[in-house]
Amino acid sequence: MSAVASEAGWRKPSILPGFGLAFGLTLTALCLIVLIPLAALVIKAASAGPADIIAIATSPRTLAALRLSFGAAFLAAIVNAVFGLLIAWILVRYRFPGRRLIDAAVDLPFALPTAVAGIALSAIYAPNGWVGSIAEAHGLKIAYTPTGVLVALIFIGLPFVVRSVQPVLEESQVDIEEAAALLGASRLRTIFRVVLPAVAPALLTGFVLAFARAIGEYGSVIFIAGNIPMISEIAPLLIVIRLEQFDYAGAAVVGMLMLLASFSLIFLINLLQAWSRKRLGDV
Amino acid sequence: MSDASIRQENLAERYADNMREGIVVRGLLILVALVFLALFLFLPLVSVFAEAFKRGWPAYLAAFDDPDAMAAIRLTLIVAAIAVPFNVIIGIAAAWAIAKFDFKGKNLLTSLIDLPFSVSPVIAGLIYVLLFGAQGYFGTWLKAHNVEIIFAVPGIVLATVFVTFPFVARELIPHLQALGKDDEEAALTLGASGWRTFFKITLPNVKWSLLYGVLLCNARAMGEFGAVSVVSGRIRGLTTTIPTQIEILYNEYNGVAAFALASLLAALALVTLILKTFLEWRYADSIAASRHS
Repeated sequence: MSAVASEAGWRKPSILPGFGLAFGLTLTALCLIVLIPLAALVIKAASAGPADIIAIATSPRTLAALRLSFGAAFLAAIVNAVFGLLIAWILVRYRFPGRRLIDAAVDLPFALPTAVAGIALSAIYAPNGWVGSIAEAHGLKIAYTPTGVLVALIFIGLPFVVRSVQPVLEESQVDIEEAAALLGASRLRTIFRVVLPAVAPALLTGFVLAFARAIGEYGSVIFIAGNIPMISEIAPLLIVIRLEQFDYAGAAVVGMLMLLASFSLIFLINLLQAWSRKRLGDV
Repeated sequence: MSDASIRQENLAERYADNMREGIVVRGLLILVALVFLALFLFLPLVSVFAEAFKRGWPAYLAAFDDPDAMAAIRLTLIVAAIAVPFNVIIGIAAAWAIAKFDFKGKNLLTSLIDLPFSVSPVIAGLIYVLLFGAQGYFGTWLKAHNVEIIFAVPGIVLATVFVTFPFVARELIPHLQALGKDDEEAALTLGASGWRTFFKITLPNVKWSLLYGVLLCNARAMGEFGAVSVVSGRIRGLTTTIPTQIEILYNEYNGVAAFALASLLAALALVTLILKTFLEWRYADSIAASRHS
């Protein structure tokens, strides 16, 4: 491993030791745990052949599952963008009792295991649950329908938006808002013309992060979704079902499609962050 | 009062209105946010404990008087005890290489380490089944040599290592980067060995970020459901962890037992959140280095 370090022309010389060991260990683990297994997925999916790939990808059940996963994830991310921004705003700008408790609690979906969230949400939103019974009285079924999927995805995506927007709001200059007010802008106008443009890149990043996470979410969804094929069956569940039928190619193709979507979204997030850095640099 | 001063006063009043939302608007915004949080955060958390204790203490405790439940708890602890130290070592190695040295492809390496965050847990399980499952690439070979990975403990460990791979590295890298390498260079110049420099200088400097990373890594390792359920085969008493055992009990309409086990993980989540918040308050500067990057 030390050979890597000593011969390396691709690395700046340093008097600190241990590069070879640290780099070698990292790269070995990365290859064995992450890269080679992911490559196996790509190879397996590709080995199905173009005709089979298209057949699997365009089968009604696959399309319905992908449509639900992407559609519900997108809607949940929109809901989270609105309420996440609101929560970040009240946490940063207002003082009220319990504020720090709520600030800490926003991370709950990160900390609570998805299976626990799943059974808890389905208990609440089921027709005999605390919220579900009220909704049912008004003719709205939440659990065991696509709406249930949406509820679970809102739960797991919320912290992404709040934690993306919060630091930007904390750093945003109140003096610019004061300048706008002194120049005669109403509060609403200041919010739409001064505050929102400043947080827009962070809000968009949070939105994409929540969206990306929601597409692949499994544990919190399957308990509340009802999992009816073509109606409330999400794409990750379809992968599990295909695996249980030992249809490895079918599982791999659906997995591959989802992986492509995630990677496109990571690429988008990197573009967004480069854009926001450039914008903030211009100010 | 002169005209001018009256006008000034009016202006001041108007600007005060323009400066912030009125008290009614503020109250309403806070109320809407709180209702949203209650529906999506607090009620689920409360319901875990409410459902677990629905039939009282005896029923709650009876849930743990079950060999399968105890086996699931034991397996969860074993898996975390392997996956977390492994990721701590790799995380420290990655942070050392990335934060202390300049080399080509550093950004790529950092992105690759973060990759498991953006992969669905189900896919994390799927990739190991494709490699080591009965019909996987190494399936026949493994079978011939009597090595069990899928539907056995090694597969669960692998899947858990995959989903928790970035946690430690991602907390350490920005912090180590922010600290620079002057301290280490000074220690080395004064004749300390590389390992001594690392244990006496680097590690104490980043101990709070490291602890923070370990905390998050452990919470995820113990709570991972999707990846584990794909590779484990959910064989009762043998390959069920706490989250997969919860699923089995829940699907058998054994709600109290399912929520009793869930209450353990919810308590772990609460402890994690409390420690995390404490670390953030107490060592804000230390950890802020890793937050804002």
